[in-house]
Formats: sequence, C-alpha cells, structure tokens
Amino acid sequence: MALPPLDSPQWNSPWRAFAWGLRSITQTILTIVLFVTYLGIGALAHDTHFSLLWALCSTLFVWAGPAQVILITTLGSGATIIQSAIAVTVSAIRLFPMVVSVLPLMRTPTTKRRELIFAAHLTAVTLWVECHRFLPQVPRERRIAFVHGLGCGLVSVCLVANIVGYFLAANLTQTLGAAILMLTPLSFLFSTARNSREVADVVALVLGIVLYPLAAKMNSGLDILVSGVVAGTIAYGVHWWREVRA
Amino acid sequence: MSFAQAIGDWHALAVLFVAGVVPNQIWRMLGLWFGGGIDEGSELLVWVRAVATAILAGVIAQIVVQPPGALASVPDVLRYGAVGAGLVVFLLTRRSIFAGVVTGEVFMLAGKWWLG
Repeated sequence: MALPPLDSPQWNSPWRAFAWGLRSITQTILTIVLFVTYLGIGALAHDTHFSLLWALCSTLFVWAGPAQVILITTLGSGATIIQSAIAVTVSAIRLFPMVVSVLPLMRTPTTKRRELIFAAHLTAVTLWVECHRFLPQVPRERRIAFVHGLGCGLVSVCLVANIVGYFLAANLTQTLGAAILMLTPLSFLFSTARNSREVADVVALVLGIVLYPLAAKMNSGLDILVSGVVAGTIAYGVHWWREVRA
Repeated sequence: MSFAQAIGDWHALAVLFVAGVVPNQIWRMLGLWFGGGIDEGSELLVWVRAVATAILAGVIAQIVVQPPGALASVPDVLRYGAVGAGLVVFLLTRRSIFAGVVTGEVFMLAGKWWLG
C-alpha cells in the first residue's frame, strides 16, 4: 500500500486522511512488535492480580510500554504509590522532547494548541518513529487527522493484545515472558537506529546507551535524564561542529 | 472470570491514575506547552531531538542492564549477546528492524535452551 500523491483529491477530506493513517498500521513491522509487547503487558497484569479493565485503562491512558511495565512490576512487588510514581515519571521524561520535536511536523500557522492535545497523547516511540517516516508523504493540513488515525489504529491493536495476553497468561512460561520483555529494547534500538539519518542521531543513540550505566552508578534516581542530556548535548555539539565546518 | 473480576476494584484504578497516568502524561503536556512555539527547522529542535534519542537510548540500556520481571531470569551475557547479535544482523541486512529483532530473540532463546 502506497499513500496517494500529495496533490491527490484523496487528501481533501480529513476523514479520508484519518482512514489512511489507520491503514498505515499495516505498513510497519512495529505494529507486530507492539502487539506482542502488549500481549506481555496483559499477561503481566494478570499475573500481578490487576483486573482486565485496569490493564486496558493503563494502555488507553498511559500509552507508553516501559511506563506500564514499570508501573505493574513496582506496584506488584509492593512499592508505595510514591515510589512507583517516581519510577514511572523518570521513564516518561523522554516523552517531553519527543512531543516537542514531533508536533512541529504537523502544525500549520493557524493550528491551535488544543487541536494538538490528542496527537501529543498518542506520541510514544512508535508514533514518533513512524511520523518521521510517513508525514513527509502527507499534506501538512491533513497531518493531524492522519496521526489521529495512525495512533487510534495502534492503540486498538494494543487493546486487543492486552485482552489476548490477559487470558493466555496462565500458559506463558517464564522463558516466553522474558522473550516478550526483550522485544522492547530490541525494537526501540533498531527502529531508532533506522531513523537515524544524521551523524548527530547516531552519536546520541550510541552515547546514550554507553553513558547510561555510568550515570546509573551515581544512583541519583535521575540517571536516564543525566545520561540523556549529556549524550544529547554532545551529539548536538557534533552536529554544530559539522555545520560550522561545512 | 466474572464481570466483577474483569472490572476489579476502584481503589486499584485510582492508584493507576495517581502512580501511572499523571506522572507519565505530565511530560507530554509539558512538551505540548513548551513545544507550541518552536520552529520546525530551528537549532533548538535539533538539540531537543538529540536529547530525546539519547534518553530513549538510556531506557533501552536500563531494560538490558537492570531487567524487569521474567527478563531478570536471563543471564547477563545472553541479554548483551542478544543485542549484539541483533545489531550485527540489522546492519548486515541494510537496517531491517525485523531481521534485527528476530535475531536478538532467537539468540536469547537458543542461549537459554543451551544453558538449560
């Protein structure tokens, strides 16, 4: 399936654009990765004695895989609400720069902030990666509708996966559970690496991985933030240096 | 499973919002607030994107170095090896996400089976 050309009448209706976004979930391997990851989250919720509605609400309203895994495992292991909230919020810091960098791709000069609220909610690693891939092929004034379609499609797939995982939980072995959890770092790494076009992106990715274990030694609770800002700033320095030299 | 079991209790749902939804969502809404006025081609956005990538890299490293749940039952060498093997195949296949993910998973499962 190829998206229609930018000047096609297909893009005249926002509903059509929504439908094209919805259909685009079939154009990425990340949909399958998300399905299996959320199958795992459904099973994890079941094994930790959360209700099915609870699992579905976490997917609908949190919509960030690592945060959901952290929330379920910390609460399940007897952490306090405050401890869980801190662990979740540290893992979610990445959403801030992601939203800041993805929203300008779909904004027009007349776009109001409230029109972007739902797109901001849908922003997570998969949508972030796919926006950079798909949006150049979508006319600017239809991008919000397209992203709403893409996001709703991905959320629906994950809700179904939660239900399946919840009922399969009793049959999942520990090895299979481990394999599902391993999907997150593998898919995050390779999808981000595929999206890295500039040297600065590669530097940020590699340094971010290398610096994290060092930052974790400080045990400040803000390890990911520290290693991320340092690695990201060095990567920006590389970008700046190349621009100046060019 | 009964209807009541599927719904669960309201206390757990309240905990979900306080410990999960709010601490997670606050960053998206801050991004919406601060990102409202940034130009698509600006230098600031280049830096923000580099930081977003590096923080994501940190999340990746955290899951591999300090694994959650069942993943903790997999020995260190298999987790690191899975990432390494996946990366080699990802690069050899001209950046195929699918090939990289499958290789990493197969490496880890084969290693687990080998070690018993």
